[in-house]
Amino acid sequence: MSSTMDTDREPVQTFTPREFHRQAHDALGNPQIRANFRRAMDGLMTKRREVFSDWELETLRELGANIRLRALAKLPDLLEQLEANCQANGIKVHWAEDGDEACRIIRQICERHEAKAVIKGKSMVTEEMHLNAHLEAAGIEALESDLGEYLVQLNQQTPSHIIMPAIHLNTDEISEIMHDKTGTERTRDVDIMTAAARAQLRERFMAADVGISGVNFAVAETGTLCLVENEGNGRMTTTVPPVHIAVTGIEKVVEHLRDVAPLYALLTRSATGQHVTTYFNMIGSPRKSGERDGPREVHLVLVDSGRSNIYQDDELLDTLRCIRCGACMNHCPVYTRVGGHTYGTTYPGPIGSILMPHMMGLEETKDLPTASSLCGACGEVCPVKIPIPDLLVRLRREAVGEGRGNVPGAGVKRSKKEVAAWKGFQWLATHPGVWRSSTALAGKLQALMPAKMGPWTDYRTLPKPAKVSLHKLVERHQADQARAEEEQS
Amino acid sequence: MSARNNILKRLRERADGPLTAPTSDFSVVTGRGWSQQERIERFERLITSVHGEVIHTPRASWTMALAQVLEAKGIHRLALGREHPVAAEARVALAGSEVMLIDAGRDVESWQEEQFHATDAGLTSTRGGIAETGSLWLWPTPDEPRLLSLVPPIHIAVLDADKIEDTFFDVIEAHRWADEGMPTNALLISGPSKTADIEQTLAYGVHGPRELVVLVRHNEETG
Amino acid sequence: MTSAKLYPVRLYPPKPQKVYFFGTCLIDLFYPQAGLDGIRLLEREGIEVLYPQAQTCCGQPAYTSGYTDEARAVAAAQLGLFPEPWPIVVPSGSCGGMMRNHYPRLFADTEQAAQAEEVSGRIYELTEFLLHVCQLQLDDLGEPEKVVMHTSCSARREMGLAETGPALLARMGQVELVEQDRAAECCGFGGTFAVRHPEVSAAMVEDKTQAIEATGARHFVTSDCGCMMNIAGRFEHQDKAISGEHIASYLWRRTNS
Repeated sequence: MSSTMDTDREPVQTFTPREFHRQAHDALGNPQIRANFRRAMDGLMTKRREVFSDWELETLRELGANIRLRALAKLPDLLEQLEANCQANGIKVHWAEDGDEACRIIRQICERHEAKAVIKGKSMVTEEMHLNAHLEAAGIEALESDLGEYLVQLNQQTPSHIIMPAIHLNTDEISEIMHDKTGTERTRDVDIMTAAARAQLRERFMAADVGISGVNFAVAETGTLCLVENEGNGRMTTTVPPVHIAVTGIEKVVEHLRDVAPLYALLTRSATGQHVTTYFNMIGSPRKSGERDGPREVHLVLVDSGRSNIYQDDELLDTLRCIRCGACMNHCPVYTRVGGHTYGTTYPGPIGSILMPHMMGLEETKDLPTASSLCGACGEVCPVKIPIPDLLVRLRREAVGEGRGNVPGAGVKRSKKEVAAWKGFQWLATHPGVWRSSTALAGKLQALMPAKMGPWTDYRTLPKPAKVSLHKLVERHQADQARAEEEQS
Repeated sequence: MSARNNILKRLRERADGPLTAPTSDFSVVTGRGWSQQERIERFERLITSVHGEVIHTPRASWTMALAQVLEAKGIHRLALGREHPVAAEARVALAGSEVMLIDAGRDVESWQEEQFHATDAGLTSTRGGIAETGSLWLWPTPDEPRLLSLVPPIHIAVLDADKIEDTFFDVIEAHRWADEGMPTNALLISGPSKTADIEQTLAYGVHGPRELVVLVRHNEETG
Repeated sequence: MTSAKLYPVRLYPPKPQKVYFFGTCLIDLFYPQAGLDGIRLLEREGIEVLYPQAQTCCGQPAYTSGYTDEARAVAAAQLGLFPEPWPIVVPSGSCGGMMRNHYPRLFADTEQAAQAEEVSGRIYELTEFLLHVCQLQLDDLGEPEKVVMHTSCSARREMGLAETGPALLARMGQVELVEQDRAAECCGFGGTFAVRHPEVSAAMVEDKTQAIEATGARHFVTSDCGCMMNIAGRFEHQDKAISGEHIASYLWRRTNS
């Protein structure tokens, strides 16, 4: 059965980070989203906890952080080493400063091969650059082969989670989508739906002119591209079509082959609570003379897209440790309640909030760094120990113009009103005599405090300032103590 | 300047100065001190927990176990290599049986349709196993190519029990992967293909094989 | 680059003769009784409590809003209030975490760097101090009751103190500590988060109050007044008869004859 694809591939629901509040409002009021995400995140958190129970987790995380920091410390040298080793093995290496350039490079490779159909393994970096839309506009069909991505594409949406792209859909919705777009019989039987997807996509693997994939780890020492997956579509994508294009952000390099082992152990457990994924696919070269299958041509596209800017700053650099596991969003109480689409960005949740401002600018993403109570659940589970809450505070600082100014859009949130308010706070808190008088005054006037004070009181009562402040209570307490001592002596 | 040079320049002329690379202690991923028996048990427990099947067989009679698997699963068309001892021994044992033996050591272009639509199972050797994760490791060759363990709906893999090691790190180091040079493709396979993309419910056989059968061959030591 | 150490093991000093008490601005303004009860608990252990009257706020509200310069100015005004080498006890994981973890970074590369390091090293959260330094013994004179402990995210993750509140409550003979579902999940306060993202925050506090209510307890205690303001405020808004109290007040009330 051939799948019928809609010609209009642009997502029907457009989410943007500028509309975070409205999108959050809609998501919070949608029982389906609330239930889907709560159930999914609870399951992922439990599985992660269980699968790490026989590991010295903190030691492993420390090693993971260490490996990533070592790679970042040597990044330019490792990129050159990666390039040299890949080229020596016959992999063609391309560099792109931004997403548009990467799209052009990829499109040109496709056009050189007169490609009409591209099949894609899951790649968040290609989502970042809107590659599918770019190829479609050039008359090249780009079909997602990861089941979750396939469903999301059929539904004309974007992924709502970086590991489980269709996590916002439940079984009935999926059945409806498959029936609607591919004629599959309506069913709640997951095996039937899976078998239908398998059949639909099998033909497309064979017919594809080019396969495009991401890269989980790129090993400089040996020029090896490593891919992690459960379904087999990644291996299909990188083995069946005559041309394979691998795309990666420049920060995904690791130094040594042995570095991959701890990171792989951390990745699968942090992401989905699995000991290991079905396949770990390590690609070294195109089909060599005498070999029987595999692509004739393999390309590696290294994408910068703001990463080298993040690299400049000692604190912000930690953002680049990320191995894209998704544990941060799995544990985030905000993400769990609003879902991935609310953020309107390629990467949602905590990692999105610290990464997207660099890629899109703080003007577009100004509500993301504050969309966090700084509870720290993300930092606690990050397999490479990115200090996410600290980075959120740093971005807040940049947003109000009191940082180093090296994030695009720095200062966008600085407002005269808020500056005055904080300066007022500063003045009050650095003049203790005035502070004590003010608190005394507030206490006396507590009966006059309004019952409604903005958004707080829509949902909660507001406590009234105490009649007597702690300063005063302590004063009296110490006076009582002194008097008691006097009386005793 | 090219994108390459611009990017490398930005990275090298770092505003906050050069970075110090820390050294790494890999003890936590190195060896578990498991006995041969513990390795075999753990390997089996993990790979069967994700719907892999494990069949233990004495090495000397392994082709009998293979024949039984083929019969039990109604496999009539089996793709395999020619040169690897596993393939060669299988061919000898299955000659004259009702199982049609399909030559996998051909350019895929010459038999792609057959591999995708008319092959019941693929048989491959393996280089070893990993106990920590319940994984097989394979380095495909012209004789046993990459797609042989991916395309047919059933993958039968032959693993020697004494080639199971504790961790992935151990395998990389003990077999000197970085020094010996990496092949075109190296694989870890840890079960049949699966997905949880439909409301986190597990389904098998998405794109890769829906069944993985591991024939674990034992010599006298491994029992 | 930060190496992000997780909770380095802390060696606690023997019980000192004196401590400083940093009351926090929320307690000063809204819950002063909690501060006084914390002081009394310490004094009952024979410790002299010094309360610098010039204290105001640790600066965290400005800090987490990105107004670092203003936060630093406020924090600087607190640094000089603790000149003697006595421990500084803080009845809040949030303010305690700010002063312990963030003051050194706030003052790095300034003239007060050394002072900030020194002061931050003497910061103890109240339950931490009572449990590990005072080895507090508690004689519970109250009526038997079920109670829920809400540990703030700051106490739990910034300061590594998930166990101290429950450990103190376990020493209360008439108290049955019951655990709410998803006890480690944030209550939604997050300081200015509650007013910048009110709907998400409301959804979080709603879940938290439901979880507390589902335990059957009619009372909850917490070591952070921000959380208390949030959770108790939500219960009150719904006219629910479930009350909240700072753990210092709870312990003092039930052990003070």
